[in-house]
Amino acid sequence: MPNIPIFAAVGGYELHELKDIFIMQGFAGLTLFSVFLLMALGLVIIFGQMKVINMAHGEFLTAGAYTTVFLSKMTQTYLPKLMPIYFPIAMLAAFGVAFLIGWIVEYLLIRHLYSRPLDTLLATWGISMLMRETFRLLFGAREAGAVMPNWLMGSLSPSEGLDIPINGIFLLSTAVFMTLFIFFLLQRSHWGLCVRATLVDRTMANAVGINTARTDRMTFAIGCGLAGIAGAAFTTYSSVSPSAGSLYIIDSFIVVVFGGAGNILGTVLSAFGIAQAQSILEFFTSGVIAKVMVLLTVIVILMIRPQGLIATKIRR
Amino acid sequence: MNFSKKNTFAALAALALCAAVPAGADEWKADWKNPELAKYPTAKVDTTGLAVTDNYVTVGQLHSVTGTMSISEIGSVEAERLAIQQINDAGGVLGRQIRIIQEDGASDWPTFNEKAKKLLIKDKVAAVFGCWTSASRKAVLPVFEKENGLLYYPTFYEGLEASKNVFYEGQEATQQIIWGLDWAYKQGCRTFYLLGSDYIWPRTSNKIARIHITRYLKGAKVVGEDYYPLGNTNFNSLINKIKLKNPDCIYSIVVGGSNVAWFKQLKAAGITGESLAHKKNTSGIGGKLMLTISTTEDEILGIGGKNCAGFYTCAKYFQSLDNPNNKKFVAAFKAKYGKDAVIGDVSQAAYEGPWLWAKSVEKAGSFDVDKVVEAAPGVVFENAPEGYVRIHKNHHLWSRAKIGKMLEDGQFKVVAESKDLIEPNPFPKGYIK
Repeated sequence: MPNIPIFAAVGGYELHELKDIFIMQGFAGLTLFSVFLLMALGLVIIFGQMKVINMAHGEFLTAGAYTTVFLSKMTQTYLPKLMPIYFPIAMLAAFGVAFLIGWIVEYLLIRHLYSRPLDTLLATWGISMLMRETFRLLFGAREAGAVMPNWLMGSLSPSEGLDIPINGIFLLSTAVFMTLFIFFLLQRSHWGLCVRATLVDRTMANAVGINTARTDRMTFAIGCGLAGIAGAAFTTYSSVSPSAGSLYIIDSFIVVVFGGAGNILGTVLSAFGIAQAQSILEFFTSGVIAKVMVLLTVIVILMIRPQGLIATKIRR
Repeated sequence: MNFSKKNTFAALAALALCAAVPAGADEWKADWKNPELAKYPTAKVDTTGLAVTDNYVTVGQLHSVTGTMSISEIGSVEAERLAIQQINDAGGVLGRQIRIIQEDGASDWPTFNEKAKKLLIKDKVAAVFGCWTSASRKAVLPVFEKENGLLYYPTFYEGLEASKNVFYEGQEATQQIIWGLDWAYKQGCRTFYLLGSDYIWPRTSNKIARIHITRYLKGAKVVGEDYYPLGNTNFNSLINKIKLKNPDCIYSIVVGGSNVAWFKQLKAAGITGESLAHKKNTSGIGGKLMLTISTTEDEILGIGGKNCAGFYTCAKYFQSLDNPNNKKFVAAFKAKYGKDAVIGDVSQAAYEGPWLWAKSVEKAGSFDVDKVVEAAPGVVFENAPEGYVRIHKNHHLWSRAKIGKMLEDGQFKVVAESKDLIEPNPFPKGYIK
């Protein structure tokens, strides 16, 4: 598709209308950034801190989304008066459900495979298939959507012609809040201390009395819980189906690896970079070409700098 | 790895669970005896070694029940099963009950190809009712032509094909795309923004649309064209581009699961049927609109009617059609699948498939593919829910095109209908280079 210079294509537009559209385009980029960040947060904890390749990450997202859909239907049928406030509760429930499933999966399966990264890849891939078929059995193969409370629908119009989608604002605030929350959790909480200690030197951490097995389980479960919250947030702008997870897993890994696995700041930067690049390129070229160009750039940068944007120094 | 007794027991239990395949279905009768066996002996009706016995004939179903296309294809599966059940209840075809072997294409075209081979070579089914996307049809076409099988393909598609081994129950381009664009032009639209999912059907359809708009619609032009991968869920940039170009008609061919994200994000960006209708077209006549050819009641079930109200679809069937055939059909469908079941255009076309096949077989007096193909042109199905259909020599159906407006409850209101049955013309002159 020819790259039409933007000004030649918009003959007849006022300058302030163009300004509005560029603001909306910038916001579209921020929305994509929040999507990538939410997806990658759970993964950066698991992959970064524990070096576990969790191929079932997308399915934990889907589990959170289905929890939201389920609660949405329950609220609609039995407690319609609670419709306006059910969504935050649904997000907490999504965290809880994904956390629980993650805890169980870690206890039953992952903890036996810490020294075998390729086997965790295979095992979590199997878990993802299992979860996908369970969703299909429980919820049917069709796409399902959650009913949005009215305060999440539509858009804000600060001025004529400028429409900021409310769910975009919601996604952005959720992403920012979760990132700050996890950051402070890692830096200030007891669990965060245990995780950082285990990462530096596992044997010494065990020697000073930290239950590293318990810490690992908590980390995995929290990572899965974060994926659940991301899934709940995604129901605001998209649908959920049993195989929705597979759409997110690849982008999540790209964001995490590009940012330097194990680093929340790196993930934030990489999510922002990839999202804005993709969004702007989509606007000027076509959807497919934008994705191809972004991915090629990521590959080239990773070849030059394989440790990602911000490398974490880990003593081996 | 040590094989403790506990592990072996668990493994065997899992295996046993897998083996407990749900057997049988209620679409065909068990222990059936063919009352017309003397008139249609197996040796006479099946000379090519198909899966035909004295009392049963086996057909195949090949749709995606998993993956991004499942939102659209499950309706087809249900409709075909209903048709087969009704045919069986009426005595079957050539006195035989129809049995179904169902395979899952999983929204993956190589899987379609592999399952088609399995159905035709291993199961030797007499006919296959399957496929939805043009990509899946193109993937299985070589198999059907090599093994001389029969495919009944339900979806509206871009035309440019007329295989001996396929019967196309859906509209092709001239019956759906061209008539729909003519209607939009009559509503006053002069600038068109074409968009769709990135595979053969949307791209070819938009190519035909572009030729029609630039060559045959006076004063009309295409202001943009965009494609996004199947399964894509992020349309914000595209929506901003559309706002920038401000077309009279958004011509959308978004397919499958992406529909949900597309409509929800349109709504979030403030683009609704009503908001478009308030803006004036560049011609001065009428308001702007969005016309799709790929969003039916099946997809709206997942999107939510509130997100779609006011947009238009061009199809040959809507669940709300007001004729006695359709009322009976909808009642039977809801009786079998629940009162909240919905029926889209493709599902209705899929419903016609088994009936058209059964009638062709009865006319030919045989299950042999060559004889069925020879007997098929001219076969009529008067009880079709869309009204009346007839098989054309080129294996397509004569049908009427309609424009439906999406309502908040997920149904459509028919606002325009072609006066006569449109003759199918899969190779329209002037549209193929």
